[in-house]
Amino acid sequence: MTATAARTKHIPGESGLWVFLFGDMIMFSVFFGFVAVLHGRHPAMFRASQQALHPGLGLLNTLLLLTASALVVRGLRHLRTGRPARTLPWALLCALGFAAIKGSEYALVIRAGHTPSSNDFFMYYFVFTGIHLAHLTIGLGALTVLVVLSRRPSLGPGKLLLAEGAAAYWHMVDLLWLLLFPLFYLVA
Amino acid sequence: MWVFPALVVATLSSWLLGIEGGGMSTPIGCAVVTIALIKVRVVGLHFMELRNAPTALRGAFEVYVVVTGAVLLALHLT
Repeated sequence: MTATAARTKHIPGESGLWVFLFGDMIMFSVFFGFVAVLHGRHPAMFRASQQALHPGLGLLNTLLLLTASALVVRGLRHLRTGRPARTLPWALLCALGFAAIKGSEYALVIRAGHTPSSNDFFMYYFVFTGIHLAHLTIGLGALTVLVVLSRRPSLGPGKLLLAEGAAAYWHMVDLLWLLLFPLFYLVA
Repeated sequence: MWVFPALVVATLSSWLLGIEGGGMSTPIGCAVVTIALIKVRVVGLHFMELRNAPTALRGAFEVYVVVTGAVLLALHLT
């Protein structure tokens, strides 16, 4: 490794945060495994239950999360260089949009007569996407922290580390959905 | 600059494969999962900035993607 490369190595946010992030990601990988096993054992039930979901809303939510993440990347770049981070409130809006759409989909699925007690598919669907929604709610807090920090004229190293950690948490919320979405909605 | 458009194109591609393509066959299912794993890696390396992280942290993430992917694809194929 060159001296330049060594200098540019950087842990975004507090290093302890990454233990928490990896813990969450591993927990979700176990969830993904449960979904894949269910799919393998009961493919007909899986496909039939999947018909009750609304993949268009899932796609829209995926695009909202990716857009929010791209806006956070740009916002963080501006925070580092002391420029106005005007994209961050829009990222917050995208995240709120995701929550509203997810709530609407839950309402549609429940109204169609499917609840967590209907079968294993719906139990996994409500529990795992619900846990993800809880993470997204914490992510809303992280994005709010970023918006508040963006109001300051400049950030010291501690606040910048906080901003990096908030951004990393948000991206993890995005990352987890990128696997939840195809496993529940697309892989039949 | 290329990351966000690439992620959107990958999302729409897996959507087309899964919905329009029927998603019923094992190769299509594996393709959809593989695209998702590639997107996860891109988000980790570029959005979470792990491509510039110390080797141990980046390596842990790469291992996470490979192990999660291997398990999911193995479960999907069996």
